[in-house]
Amino acid sequence: MNRPVLAFALRRLGATLLLLLALSLLVFALMYLSPGDVARNMLGTRNVTPEALAEIRARYHLDEPFLTQYWLWVSQAVTGDFGTSIRTGGPVGPLMLSRTGITAATAGLAFLLSALVGIPVGIVAAVRRGRPLDRLLVGVSVVGVSAPGFAVGLLLLYVFALGLGWFPIYGTGDGFLDGLWHLVLPAVALALGLGAFVVKLTRAAVVRELDQDYVTFARGRGLPESAVLRIVLRNAAIPIVTSLGLMVAYLFGGTVLIEVTFALPGLGALMEESVLFKDVPVVQALTLVVAFVVSVTALVVDLSYLLIDPRVRARTVRTRAVRG
Amino acid sequence: MAFRRTAPRLPRRRTPVVMIVSVVLLGFVGFCAAAWEVVVPHALDQDIYLGVVGGGVEGHPFGTDQLGRDILQLSLAGARSALVGPIVVAVGSMVIGVLLGMVAGYRGGIVDMLAGRYADLLLALPAVLLAIVVAGMVGRGYWVTVGVLIVLFSPSDVRLVRGAVIEQMPRPYIESARVLGIRPSRIMFRHIAPNIVPIVVANLLLNVAFALVALSSLSYLGLGVPPGAPDWGRQLADGRELLGDNPLAAVIPGILIIVTATAVNLLGDWLSETLDRRAVAA
Repeated sequence: MNRPVLAFALRRLGATLLLLLALSLLVFALMYLSPGDVARNMLGTRNVTPEALAEIRARYHLDEPFLTQYWLWVSQAVTGDFGTSIRTGGPVGPLMLSRTGITAATAGLAFLLSALVGIPVGIVAAVRRGRPLDRLLVGVSVVGVSAPGFAVGLLLLYVFALGLGWFPIYGTGDGFLDGLWHLVLPAVALALGLGAFVVKLTRAAVVRELDQDYVTFARGRGLPESAVLRIVLRNAAIPIVTSLGLMVAYLFGGTVLIEVTFALPGLGALMEESVLFKDVPVVQALTLVVAFVVSVTALVVDLSYLLIDPRVRARTVRTRAVRG
Repeated sequence: MAFRRTAPRLPRRRTPVVMIVSVVLLGFVGFCAAAWEVVVPHALDQDIYLGVVGGGVEGHPFGTDQLGRDILQLSLAGARSALVGPIVVAVGSMVIGVLLGMVAGYRGGIVDMLAGRYADLLLALPAVLLAIVVAGMVGRGYWVTVGVLIVLFSPSDVRLVRGAVIEQMPRPYIESARVLGIRPSRIMFRHIAPNIVPIVVANLLLNVAFALVALSSLSYLGLGVPPGAPDWGRQLADGRELLGDNPLAAVIPGILIIVTATAVNLLGDWLSETLDRRAVAA
């Protein structure tokens, strides 16, 4: 790897660290967003005795200056110690870990589904551009982008679980296969919006390549259409693959609603419970973890861009953001 | 052969039927939003003796919810919170986007840098997730949630406008205006603004659709409208418990959200294509 590339990688790493620092400050400030006394809010509806208030103040260092509090919190968070949940009274780290599996499985399944269906559909739509099939696929993808996951989830529950009885209604099931069976509907509901987005993105990327001069030239040289398409797809692959990485952010937003709808005890449901209970330490920890995962994914995507595409190495790389 | 198969077709000039359907549908939803008290005056009437009944009952084509409220009427009344909030979100975020984006794009320098960092920070987290967290912490309520969404939607609008302005910068008309000694604010809002209107308008509609989805998501989680208020997201949350007794209690508002958001999105896409074509033709 030559020097400018390394310098770019380091600069990008530095920017990510700075972003994470700023985000963690914001996340920490979350607890000051609730109106009223922080310690009193943290006690929730429980009996508020002066001793309890004093204990909360001491435990969360609420009498220290803001930056000191932040430093104590973030230095512990880096080591995996996110404090104590107000709702359960247990440590936040293990609580989150116990909920991670189900979210990872649902999100992973949804990711696979949307990529495996979305990319081929997008390619077909691009190749048949302007034709009825393309218009139909684009129309369906607009519906997919517009439909919120929880509404789709409830419709799926109604049709496939209650109506046809093909899938279980709620819960997680026992064992691997049964567990997977329980995750199919949630994953489909989560994948619909993402898949529609993948279709739009893939179509745009392939159309862009099809409009290039080299395609006209290759066709003019008499290359078979399949060979032309192979070249086009290789060039279109880079923006598609890198954007897939950024979709992790989208999955995190959707998983809260999907897990609530399907009564799955994952991280999303934990977020919902904690927000409604104002369980600040858990909300902070979850938000911080999401911020970390999303920023690191964006970093990895950017750096892999650098490795995959020699053209990118030559010019500056622009980061793209996906709103989810 | 190969050529015929892939050659782009000339775009049709006729207004597509889908767009007419979308506009009619949105007109109806808009009418309900403006005056549901006239259209369905008894939408909020409860009948707790009746309770939840399925569809097809005399006077209740789609049945009732657990409070005995008619699903059809309640859904029509829910049009208001489904349209008003998202429109406020989209317009508010557009105003921030145009003001900040214009200055950032035109002036560059420190304003541009600050606007860029602000966008980086807010776009680093998924908007819906951040909205859930912030709305949950600040307090629940429809207008609080609307405010939170304006802040969360604005960075991508700032980026959009900034990009559009930067695209205009090298054009000769700006240099002419500068040479004539026209004030920067006048150049921005009298000379550049008309050129970026198409992008901004199309984006406004896409934002309305996205805000509709986001707001109803938050209401679904109990972070939007208060309990009992007519709202599609709220109805879905209530209807989730009634899937066995009256599935239509969830299905009807669910379909309404999907259809309305799709209509707004289709309209936005079509508008941006049409305005694009006009810009190219001009």
